[in-house]
Amino acid sequence: MRHLLILGVLFFCIIAGNAEQTIADDSEWDLSGNVSIKARGFSQDALWPEQNTSDAEVSVSGEWEARWRSEEGDQRASFIPFVRWDENDDERSHIDLREAYWAYEGDGVELLVGVNKVFWGVTESVHLVDIINQTDLVEDIDQEDKLGQPMVNLAVQKDWGLINLYVLPYFRERTFPGLDGRFREPLRVDWDDAEYESGAKDKHVDLALRYSHYFGDVDVGLYYFRGTSREPRLQLSADGREFKPFYDQIDQVGLDLQYTRDAWLWKLEAIVRDGSDESFAASVAGFEYTFYQVYESDADIGILMEYQYDERSSKKPLTIADNDVFMGARWSLNDIQDTAVLAGVVVDKKTSETFFNLEAERRFGDNTFLELRVRAITNAESDEPLYSFSRDDYIQLQISRYF
Amino acid sequence: MKHLKILGATLLSMAAFLNSSPVWSETPEEKGFAVAARSDRSDRGFGDSKAEMTMVLRNAAGQESSRTMQFTTLEMSDESVGDKSLVLFSTPRDIEGTALLSHAKILDPDDQWLYLPALKRVKRISSRNKSGPFVGSEFAFEDFTASELNKFSYKYLREEPCGDLSCDVVERFPRYENSGYTRQISWVDTTDYQIRKIEFYDRRGSLLKELIFEDYRKYADKYWRAHRLVMKNVQTNKSTDLVYGEYKFNVGLTDKDFVKGRLSRLR
Repeated sequence: MRHLLILGVLFFCIIAGNAEQTIADDSEWDLSGNVSIKARGFSQDALWPEQNTSDAEVSVSGEWEARWRSEEGDQRASFIPFVRWDENDDERSHIDLREAYWAYEGDGVELLVGVNKVFWGVTESVHLVDIINQTDLVEDIDQEDKLGQPMVNLAVQKDWGLINLYVLPYFRERTFPGLDGRFREPLRVDWDDAEYESGAKDKHVDLALRYSHYFGDVDVGLYYFRGTSREPRLQLSADGREFKPFYDQIDQVGLDLQYTRDAWLWKLEAIVRDGSDESFAASVAGFEYTFYQVYESDADIGILMEYQYDERSSKKPLTIADNDVFMGARWSLNDIQDTAVLAGVVVDKKTSETFFNLEAERRFGDNTFLELRVRAITNAESDEPLYSFSRDDYIQLQISRYF
Repeated sequence: MKHLKILGATLLSMAAFLNSSPVWSETPEEKGFAVAARSDRSDRGFGDSKAEMTMVLRNAAGQESSRTMQFTTLEMSDESVGDKSLVLFSTPRDIEGTALLSHAKILDPDDQWLYLPALKRVKRISSRNKSGPFVGSEFAFEDFTASELNKFSYKYLREEPCGDLSCDVVERFPRYENSGYTRQISWVDTTDYQIRKIEFYDRRGSLLKELIFEDYRKYADKYWRAHRLVMKNVQTNKSTDLVYGEYKFNVGLTDKDFVKGRLSRLR
């Protein structure tokens, strides 16, 4: 049944994409979206029993975007379903509403009601302060894919900055791959039967208040969040056969800063989180420096370096960004096809656990986009956080068709 | 007071006589500035504007690809402060919703923010990259942001026919840092005071690009806008056309529409 629904939505994305021209012409609706096919090849056999033994996997995804704006321009709405079908992992085949909201804008004020995505932060190697949306972990281990978050958001723009108030009435559980999937823990994570510190469980109303502005060359964001932690602790179930996620109640203050001067971007993200029995601080800081038009070409080369520090104890949700150095380089050709390559490595200073990542992208024609990705993990010993994924090195090719 | 004026006038006419050129004639620098200022000021008071634009990129073999975007501009009435502008892309589809917000400065680097819709991320970007290509085109970033009068110093060269009109030919030199140009030569017509053509000279001093302004239309009986800009790189033979749709003026934009917090709310 679920597969039928997924294939149905996927099919709808493709059909709706082709029908776009006829609908979009004489209305206030803007329809667009994309369909992608993604193939991954793994260099090693899977680590855990029951993982699919195939060294290749194919998945198909679709995202359909319908946006509306009123004639007066003061109201807008958005509806964006997302769907992925994966040939191996049932948990990875899933549907989500990335956006579904209505918003009204007055003079310097906007009220938004519904499901939306919100991003906060400045650094590249880890998104420490970003907290509103839950991670859609089955999509990618880089945690940049997010689930839609139901919210009421009031934004007030003043000369002295932007204030955003978020009331988040419903909690989204982090997704985890199934037994067949790669990038999984030794046991299955029963992700949709989570336990909570709050008696209200996933109905706990979370709150966030954020201020953001810029002062000359400095951009700043500061927020306070109170509610359910987006990061679960994985606890062994009573029968010891699977993990159950446990979500703490937390108070968190987060700061992001960027100083932009000449070709330098200096970045800092920091949080202080107060949980049930412990509080801790974490931060990531670094820079990006760009050499523009290298060797008199149109291409730019950016050098990135960041240091990640996290003082949380082992009682807290596990993090890999505890004492790590990230180094990377970004090569942008600035050509018509927007060709770009980003390569980076994150090394744990204590354990030398290493995560290597390469992303290359290029447009073909007007509507086709190709992405190549290579990821590898080395020096992960059995007691370290990335060990579970240590045999999941892969190369991935994704072709996306936009409409 | 009156005596002083008479004395001044006498001295000036004596000087004029000695120079055997009229005294009210300025130096070439002053005259060049005056031509540019007259052109710039002919556009003063437009308030805000909005236009759709199609960019057609052509490589040396003549292969084309295009991008479409919406341009909004907020005029700053103070000439010592640059205008604010916002570019919102609608094609290619994979970058739909990408937006670039610029607060232009005169000699300091501009403030610029980029909005990346896939991540919903607002990113402050370095504006040092003046001479780099704007979205893969033959237009550099500075070709879009450097229209402010005081970003250049000027030198008047000559007057010559340009098409059906007559043009003042003015050389201009970037005063801001990190320009990719040593100089530019602009042709400004003497009827409507609009720029008809610009030649760009690279850091070595050789001719790099030629920009032609076509299809000028007048709005509100006052404001001229070219609807077709053709930039040709004479060194690589690549070219980029900018084709503008109808401009809308005074659409009620304010400073609040040109803040980074609005970038995620544009669509």
